[in-house]
Amino acid sequence: MHMKLIRHLSLLLAVMLSPQQPVAAAERTPPQQPYQEWQAENFAIEKPLGGLVGDAERGRAIAGDQHRGNCLACHELPIPEEKFHGDLGPPLAGIGSRQSAGMIRLHVVDQSRFNPETVMPGFYRPPHQLNRVAPELRGTTWLTAQEIEDLVAWLVTLK
Amino acid sequence: MIKLRMPLLLLAVIPLVAVSARAEPVSGYAYLTADMQAMQDDDFGNPGMLVVEAGERLFSRPGNNGKSCASCHGEGGETLDVRQLARYPIYSEALQRPVTLRGRILMCASDRLGGPPLDYASEEALALETFVRHLARGQPVEVDVSGPMAPYHAAGEKLFHTRYGQVDIACHQCHDYYAGKHFRGQVLTQGQSNGFPGYRFTEGHVVGLQERISECLTNLRAEPYAIGSDEYRDFEIYMSARSNGLTIETPAIRY
Ligand code: HEC
Ligand code: HEC
Repeated sequence: MHMKLIRHLSLLLAVMLSPQQPVAAAERTPPQQPYQEWQAENFAIEKPLGGLVGDAERGRAIAGDQHRGNCLACHELPIPEEKFHGDLGPPLAGIGSRQSAGMIRLHVVDQSRFNPETVMPGFYRPPHQLNRVAPELRGTTWLTAQEIEDLVAWLVTLK
Repeated sequence: MIKLRMPLLLLAVIPLVAVSARAEPVSGYAYLTADMQAMQDDDFGNPGMLVVEAGERLFSRPGNNGKSCASCHGEGGETLDVRQLARYPIYSEALQRPVTLRGRILMCASDRLGGPPLDYASEEALALETFVRHLARGQPVEVDVSGPMAPYHAAGEKLFHTRYGQVDIACHQCHDYYAGKHFRGQVLTQGQSNGFPGYRFTEGHVVGLQERISECLTNLRAEPYAIGSDEYRDFEIYMSARSNGLTIETPAIRY
């Protein structure tokens, strides 16, 4: 068999095994929960969104799930079973001992409050502030309020 | 109302990311694995060459008036000036507006071949563009954005710096600031235009620059513009000038 063919096959395999880019909008069903208003003060959102209680285990799953948080795309996280961790953002190990829950919540909800030029998506920015959102996703946020609280519940445990 | 007070200390911990902004242009080729570079360099192994060949066949297919592109530009486009091809998008004095390479090809199909007209988003138009651009492979991109092109270039620059979609990020934030960094398993490049139309290895087909921009917009959970729209024309002008000096690689292999 040709070496070239073997090379192409192995490349193809490598690509199939590697994680994909963010999913196309259509593959995601919009969150069902209504948007919860939030307030930031002193670089923190003290009150949980909608008064919801987060679940750390679910939060860990969301952080590694490329269809939901996909935090791994940009951050190194203590999720060793996942192979590819991005390095666009800082590693998040130890974030729970460096920052308060309220500050972590604002990072996840709207990082542009800290850095207007940030590349980190606004996971819970007010929907009306977004530009040219895909029609089937208009009026929704990337993550639900419950998903935000789940993430915060997990991130605060990263000591 | 959301109140924001500014503890100055906090600002100091924000990483300085702007260091690589507006750096020298680097082709997407530089970020490929050696295997993929070899695939691009080998005309027999490069799957994009199939589309170049399809375009070459269309180049000599007669239109409604019996003429083909080859009637005016020679067999295989041998009388086309490759330096001029590398200058697209150009400003047309006759039309008083900019024209992309694909747009120019569509005009020839309608006017010089007497039709049938080609749709901007059609596979045939893409194949013809791929073939013609391939003729200029090895030429440095040389787009002139002075004079009447300046406002269109400025419009494209503005689009490139606009946040889009539910993900709410602008093109320059990934492609100017973070080239060389990893987006999960994927190395980010500067998003240069010199390889397009090119073969997308992960998708298994050839796309033009405008189709590639649509893919990033879709990933941003934004509504893409229409292929052939004024917005994409302006994106193409800005992004082509941003690639000035890079060598045309069509059909490049890209992730
Ligand atoms: C597209 C890239 C990207 C994605 C996706 C992303 N982040 Fe970030 N994140 C960044 C960058 C870059 C920073 C550094 C600060 C800046 O430039 O805004 C950051 C900063 C942070 C910080 C503050 C860290 C510190 O030490 O101050 C937290 C917390 C955080 N991100 C959490 C998350 C979580 C949770 C997710 C997923 C739900 C996520 N990020 C997804 C790019 C990203
Ligand atoms: C969240 C990050 C992100 C944003 C924002 C983004 N892209 Fe991309 N883009 C990528 C990734 C990842 C790739 C694939 C790897 C590469 O080529 O950089 C890519 C590839 C490209 C390429 C192909 C480059 C090549 O040589 O193959 C072009 C062109 C491009 N993007 C243009 C744009 C435009 C225009 C926008 C804004 C509408 C945009 N991108 C927004 C992540 C992004």
